[in-house]
Amino acid sequence: MSIKRVDLATLTTWIDGLTKKERVIGVQAKGDRFAFGPLARAADLRLDYDVTILPPKTFFQPPKETLMSFNKTSGYQSVVEDKPFVLFGVHPYDMAAILQMDEIFSQGTYDVHYMTRRKNATIVVVDVYRVSPNVFAGSMGTSHIEDGYDILITKIGDDYLVDGKTMSGKSLMLGLVAAPDASESWIEQRKMVWEYNKQRLRKHDLKVPPSKWPKLLEEGYDNPIWEERANLCYSCGSCVLVCPTCYCFDVRDETNWDLSSGERIRVWDGCMLTDFATVAGNHNFRKDKSARFRHRYLRKGKYVPTKIGGQIACVGCGRCVTACTANIANPVEVMNRLAEGE
Amino acid sequence: METTIKSQDDIYRPHLATVLKSEPMTAMERFFELKLDSGRELGNKPGQFVEVSVLGIGEAPISVSSSPTQKGSFQLVVRNAGNVTRAIHNLKPGDKLGIRGPFGTNFPVEGTMKGKDIIFVCGGLGLAPVRSAINYVMDNRKNYGNVTILYGCRNPVERLFINEVKNWASKDRVTYTETVDRGDENWKGNVGVITTLMTDMSVDPGKTVAIVCGPPVMYKFAIMSLYKTGMTADNIYVSLERHMKCGVGKCGHCQINGLYACQEGPVFKYADVAEVKEAI
Repeated sequence: MSIKRVDLATLTTWIDGLTKKERVIGVQAKGDRFAFGPLARAADLRLDYDVTILPPKTFFQPPKETLMSFNKTSGYQSVVEDKPFVLFGVHPYDMAAILQMDEIFSQGTYDVHYMTRRKNATIVVVDVYRVSPNVFAGSMGTSHIEDGYDILITKIGDDYLVDGKTMSGKSLMLGLVAAPDASESWIEQRKMVWEYNKQRLRKHDLKVPPSKWPKLLEEGYDNPIWEERANLCYSCGSCVLVCPTCYCFDVRDETNWDLSSGERIRVWDGCMLTDFATVAGNHNFRKDKSARFRHRYLRKGKYVPTKIGGQIACVGCGRCVTACTANIANPVEVMNRLAEGE
Repeated sequence: METTIKSQDDIYRPHLATVLKSEPMTAMERFFELKLDSGRELGNKPGQFVEVSVLGIGEAPISVSSSPTQKGSFQLVVRNAGNVTRAIHNLKPGDKLGIRGPFGTNFPVEGTMKGKDIIFVCGGLGLAPVRSAINYVMDNRKNYGNVTILYGCRNPVERLFINEVKNWASKDRVTYTETVDRGDENWKGNVGVITTLMTDMSVDPGKTVAIVCGPPVMYKFAIMSLYKTGMTADNIYVSLERHMKCGVGKCGHCQINGLYACQEGPVFKYADVAEVKEAI
């Protein structure tokens, strides 16, 4: 049996043990909000968080990463970050997003930079305990997730159900070997948590199932909503910055002071930014804010899904709703509005 | 940071190439002949592009201008339009640069075009990628019917490959006509946009394939003129410019609605993009 019932003291001891042996990235408080970061001890871990400021994608596709080093004599040498780590406390909707990114970066042309980090990660998912103000994962089918990670932790009453899914997950759980196995009734209770979360994680009322998004977006291409909302858009890119399924990037060279060596770096980019589709000669193929605003929605709801087996590239985390200064980014409002025309 | 090197697996790592020739073409464009240091052929198909890196400056997508029938080296036409292309312009024979690719779709020289009359409609720098197909057709002349090459530029001094064009024009079953938006004191040829060359064109729509490549504004009008000859969207191919930054369908910059110009393009059958709203 690989599902353990663990009390808080045992959980704390186990996690403290992990932080001494492994490189652990965990959720911690940052002011009155939460963020993933290197975890020194269990006491800093906040499994009761509502949502992190940035999604955990930062540990697979960092905001800035070195793709290769170069110098004039030997040309370009790939740099691949190859270092195991434990990512502790990922919410189910963020895990769903990571699985989508895995598909994007491994299909067709294999991205060794992303995929090496990904293969080095042991991911501990934690079922949502405290609900964030803008989450709608319950409507997107991502309020719980049953596969694709290494360990799942679910808080039930005062105790925790710790479920090792993979070999690497189970080997991390060796420190819990003395804890009792979870009984059938406890495992049943976890299903109730999932059902409960499906209802709780609906802070915005999505009236159209995700399966209808591609068609709605296609038919709504000329809907006035794009213009109306984009009129207020600052093209600041906050929505793409905080999005767990946004992965567009730019590549730049940074040269050392010797002017003969340096690094090629990859940085986050976003289709909401003014110059994203600009080519040489300053011709911008998406120069209108409304075209960029629409493009992002079509990407999430139609274009990317065709690449990843139909899954909608929005997991309902609600971060864009919180981040948008102009208050126009709420996908639920946009999709409900498109559905009105039905 | 702990790192390991796994270069052979990396889709983003450029391969070194050496500049064999660098020659000025116009005030804005230079011609480059390159050779991969590995000694292997580039293996491009007409219409494909490469990502060109200048060490320490960056990378830019450039269409390959030479036909794969030319062995041992390949050629690019580079317009000085940004940081990377300016740096490329400064390279001299013997200098190194990085090459990834070739990427993208190609003109169907071994597909739909075979056995057909071909109309090449080129505007300005659009001649650079189309030249790869023109030379492919010239080098396999018996496989194709009548060839019409139409070339339009803003003014006479912007015309590319002037000598090569003369050579094409002198060949059997090849019609070459050119026009400029504005002539100069020496210009005795046509003046007007490229569609003015298309009004008297005699086309057998059932056995003709058209290739269109030029500035964004040109496509709609050139295609309308082709339609007037009776041609349909199934026999028109367009090469569309976007910023193909990664070349491998990841970075997002080149998307035309749902299409990735770097993978599903840059060459599209017009029928496949006629209804795609961001395409033309």
